[in-house]
Amino acid sequence: MENTAQKFVTIEGKKVAIEGERNLLELVRKAGFNITTFCYQPELAVFGACRMCLVELEGKGVVTSCTVPPKDGMVIHVNTDEVRKLRRINLELLLASGNHDCTLCEKSGNCKLQRMAKDMGVTSVRFKSKNVKTQRDCTSSALVRDPSKCILCGNCVRVCNEIQSIGAIDFACRGYKAKIATAFDKSMCESKECVSCGQCARVCPTGALTPNSAEVEDVYKAINHPTKKVAVHIAPAVRVGLGEIFGIPAGVSVDGKIAAALRMLGFDYVYDTSFAADLTIVEEASEFIRRFTEKDHLPQLTSCCPAWVSYVEKFVPEFIPNLSSARSPMQMMGPVLKADFVERGGKREDLVVVAVMPCSAKKMEAKLDKFYVDDNPDTDHVVTTVALARMIKDAGIDFANLADEEFDHPFGTKTGGGVIFGASGGVMEAALRYAAAELDPKREGNVIFESLRETKEFREAELKVGDIKVRVAVTSGLKNARKLLEDVKAGKAHYDFIEVMSCQGGCVAGAGQPQYEGWKIRKQRAKGLYADDAKLAYKSQDNKDVMALYGRVLDKIGGPKAHQLLHTHYKSQKEAK
Amino acid sequence: MTEKFAPVDKVLEEFNYDSSKLIPILQHVQDIYSYLPEDVMRYVADKLNISPAKVFGVATFFAHFSIKPKGKHIIKVCNGTACHVKGSSALIDAISKKLNLKAGQDTSADGMFTLECVYCLGACGLAPVMVMDQSVYGQVTPEKATALIDDMVKQEAAHAK
Repeated sequence: MENTAQKFVTIEGKKVAIEGERNLLELVRKAGFNITTFCYQPELAVFGACRMCLVELEGKGVVTSCTVPPKDGMVIHVNTDEVRKLRRINLELLLASGNHDCTLCEKSGNCKLQRMAKDMGVTSVRFKSKNVKTQRDCTSSALVRDPSKCILCGNCVRVCNEIQSIGAIDFACRGYKAKIATAFDKSMCESKECVSCGQCARVCPTGALTPNSAEVEDVYKAINHPTKKVAVHIAPAVRVGLGEIFGIPAGVSVDGKIAAALRMLGFDYVYDTSFAADLTIVEEASEFIRRFTEKDHLPQLTSCCPAWVSYVEKFVPEFIPNLSSARSPMQMMGPVLKADFVERGGKREDLVVVAVMPCSAKKMEAKLDKFYVDDNPDTDHVVTTVALARMIKDAGIDFANLADEEFDHPFGTKTGGGVIFGASGGVMEAALRYAAAELDPKREGNVIFESLRETKEFREAELKVGDIKVRVAVTSGLKNARKLLEDVKAGKAHYDFIEVMSCQGGCVAGAGQPQYEGWKIRKQRAKGLYADDAKLAYKSQDNKDVMALYGRVLDKIGGPKAHQLLHTHYKSQKEAK
Repeated sequence: MTEKFAPVDKVLEEFNYDSSKLIPILQHVQDIYSYLPEDVMRYVADKLNISPAKVFGVATFFAHFSIKPKGKHIIKVCNGTACHVKGSSALIDAISKKLNLKAGQDTSADGMFTLECVYCLGACGLAPVMVMDQSVYGQVTPEKATALIDDMVKQEAAHAK
């Protein structure tokens, strides 16, 4: 029997049930019309700026479907002559108003504006072009901005405000002079607010905001250098993102193919950042056990996400003593590889370390003064997942059909604890795996912290060892982090250890990964990491090569040598008012 | 540092640090400094707990706000439809030349005059209209405009003595 309470909208003659959709666009998409839009992002406030989701609503005329809440009995047409004509005019106006020289654009092949022009069959624009010249701002090592390619959809502004609560950029000026600008129109590197998380670039439909890919050329130079050796290591999240660019479904781990491709590109040593993630856990979790026992600045805060660390330094420096002093895996890998190279008789500057990261902030992190030793950086170059895909394509490597290869040892050895770093909650789970075994050596079987793997914005777990209770929390997205810290400060939340990743969903959702919309892809990528985890040793201290490193190079866990190579310090970047 | 912004604090207090009152707050603050200096906008943003980029956005959206220092005397020339037809463009050219303003520059090098081009002052019957500080002048010719500027320069010189 038909449910009489069920409400329907008719879309191109087909009845579509209203099941909690917030607007007509969601219903139209559910009906199978996957209209491309610029400014509609499911997790952001509805904006209605791009005028690409136009539909005809009987009795009302042409409306933007993203701004109209569905009502029972509405009749919608999506492909009338008028709707098509208006969508095309809007697109042509966008094309005329900016600098859209597709072949010379970073975003070419992955640009929504380009795709829509192609899908609509636009081969000429009837409006006079404004002949805008490129206005590239390459001052930031993390992100490149080119306002001449901006279509003012406002996605970047909303993600920076609504998800990250930073507001580093906003609309400025008005009318035909309107633009997206940093505060006081400063360059990207001068912005006092930007933490380089790159979520703005993740939601940018055009080439107006992109991760900086200039370092790719430096990597080629290093590879082709006659005497230097080049080591490369890939972050956990890269293996579940890169495949998407080569038609492999999201969440399928392609680590074996990546190892093969990196060798074909000419890298001398092919390593896995997950090794350094295990090392991070050994250092960070032992630091936690010490601090927990001594009640020293709790909750301890994770320190592996550079955008999060930058956020603490710029906005809440009062929490600096709570940050773990452990470096991020990337910044542990560099000095360890170089120390090992020197140990074997090489010169530090003769080893070039390249990190492949799902992230724009990692590019900023590698360039921080504190990570240089006599003008030689711990990490020489950082390239994103997307930039590596470009290198693979440029070299003509048939990635999808590569046979799997192993990473080189010892720095390619990892446990599941290191691999799950790439998903929000993973660092905490790996730390608890370590701590559970250290605090309770008699414990049998693996402790699983299912609650940390959910996708809720705030997650918590409790580790019980005898009378001891360790309370931990996990969140991602800087607005969520801000809220959590406010609660901690107000005494409303009591935790011993907190993990924060600046991108919602963790590194799998970073700005260096292939672009995506909504939660589905993020979840699939995280799933891929947990699938890899299930095939590997469980906890980081089971990584024999990590433990052997202590005997060979690092001496004691948390000791002076380990501190020199594996730990760091922080400094308030907040201006005194 | 706070002392430097004491007059701004007074305005903020008057509006109860309410970020939804950003526009009137900026109006009052601009009255103090005659424009909106960057450090003042930063200070306002910090105190209202909103991003400096948002304050900058509002300050650049409304023509009423200026983020550049203004001259001692403000000359507004109307370039609305009626004034435009009656030759306000020639007026703007003459004043720019008189003040030695380069393209994109609206304040004279000595900081004495700022030329603003506005759209309809609601006195179309007097077109073309020019306003210097608080005085309105109708049916202004380029000669009359330059003479008014000369008068003001003389007054300033007399005042300086």
